[in-house]
Amino acid sequence: MTSSQPNRIDDRLDAAWIWDRIARAVIFLGGISAIVFVVAIFAFVAKEGLGFIFQKLDLGFFFSSPEWRPAQEPEPEFGGLALIAGTASITGLAMLIAVPFSLGVAIYIGEFATGKVRETLKILVELLAAIPSVVWGFIGLTILNPIIIDLFDVPVGLTVLNAGIILGLMAAPIMTTIAEDALKAVPDSYREAAEAMGATRWQVIRQVVLPSASKGLVAAILLGVGRGFGETMAVLMASGHAINIPTSPFDSARALTATIAAELGDTARGSDHYKALFSLGILLFLVTFVINLLADVLVRKGASDRS
Amino acid sequence: MVSTASEIKLSVKDLSIRYGDHVALEGASFDVRENEIFGIIGPANSGKTSFIRAINRMDEMTPGMEVHGSIEFNGKAVESWRNLYALRSRIGVVFPLPVGLPMSIFENVAFAAKLRGVKGKDALGEVVERCLRRAALWDEVKDRLDSLGSLLSGGQQQRLTIARALSQEPELLLLDEFSIAVDPVTTMRIEEVLKELKQEMTIVLVTNLTQQAQRLADRTAFFLEGQVVEVGETKAMFKGQTKDPRTTHYIEGRFG
Repeated sequence: MTSSQPNRIDDRLDAAWIWDRIARAVIFLGGISAIVFVVAIFAFVAKEGLGFIFQKLDLGFFFSSPEWRPAQEPEPEFGGLALIAGTASITGLAMLIAVPFSLGVAIYIGEFATGKVRETLKILVELLAAIPSVVWGFIGLTILNPIIIDLFDVPVGLTVLNAGIILGLMAAPIMTTIAEDALKAVPDSYREAAEAMGATRWQVIRQVVLPSASKGLVAAILLGVGRGFGETMAVLMASGHAINIPTSPFDSARALTATIAAELGDTARGSDHYKALFSLGILLFLVTFVINLLADVLVRKGASDRS
Repeated sequence: MVSTASEIKLSVKDLSIRYGDHVALEGASFDVRENEIFGIIGPANSGKTSFIRAINRMDEMTPGMEVHGSIEFNGKAVESWRNLYALRSRIGVVFPLPVGLPMSIFENVAFAAKLRGVKGKDALGEVVERCLRRAALWDEVKDRLDSLGSLLSGGQQQRLTIARALSQEPELLLLDEFSIAVDPVTTMRIEEVLKELKQEMTIVLVTNLTQQAQRLADRTAFFLEGQVVEVGETKAMFKGQTKDPRTTHYIEGRFG
């Protein structure tokens, strides 16, 4: 081929064609693996726990009794109410802290901060999100614990309050990041149009930006809730890990996740106790599934309301 | 033809606008009279939009935009207004690309009235109907006021933004290339409305279409590369009575 001729490509399976096939195959495997892993994990957890749930576990007792005595002889008791109440109360308190906190930070970063302040804040928030949960647990154990004892004059500081604060602080950075992304996705032309009409910054945020970012903000909050349900180590360390239905923030509690983490190592594989822990896993799986489904429905509903 | 009682609505004195090193407008000085349609023509990048943005201090939300010199609105420099939102509420702006806010048609038009403190479905409904009628959109949307503003076609959205600007009951209406996304028939209808609105407000009309300036503007300014080449009576200007030959060249389409 001389230089004056155009570079026409012949009809043959050349390098570009082969690379295209390889890239497609790799991407397909990557995509399909997400489904395979989820199904495999669920199948494993279900295999270990589902038979036990249907054959041995008294579901009425599980959801009504706080007596979790899985190693009791001769007759173990599998009451899950205290664990469910522990997880729910700690997550609830955490969200009470994390939702206003993270939305506030996100609105500040997204709508008010500019230049270096904004960039610095974003980096700091991302750094906060990267702190390992065991470090948060450590902070709960060694710093927050004595503070709560001193401040409220209570005998124990490893409580729902402690775990809730720690979990709230843990969940806030990632919620902030997602919420800020949602705010950033609102076109500037909306802000300009509203401001040009004489709306104040707050009116613009309240009446234009937040409503149009609501889908993403809901997703951010639900992600935080999911994080709260699933968090194990920090909650194990900060909550006091006591089997007890908490009636005040100053009671110790125990979370579903922490129970699995703390007890699984002590059980014989295949024993009732082992299988009971897997039932807790199934419960967690279902709750997370419902939360995600809820998020999905809300996001879709939001989308159809707006288009 | 020209109102003799020409109170000055906007007085521009030695106005310069920069974005970093880039000069968008340099040493502009002219007046806009009350109840006139003041046309601004000129090719792209001649500083027209920057001027519009400087009037209601939109520079404050544009990073890097610097404004020097002064613009007086009703004899008071815009930068001396302490309540920026009050200033903006008295100046209506229509942007080149229509921005239907992500709310219903009704809410879009009621937005400014609500900001002013108008309350109640009836009072707001009155504002909405009046403004939509004036923007020649009422008949097309009266049965679906609750549907989203952003679902309207481009031309309808532009009329929605005009209705929204009118709902502010502005003293000064700034139109920046309003007809870019609007079909010619609708453009003519809006132009008729603008001629009527002139009785109640002052209009600054930035346009790429010199014919549009000729049809509507009492006086016209020609902007070129950040300079105000000249300001004059539109009729005279389009008859070729210009102070600068470049104006005639532009009007006749010989460059730009």
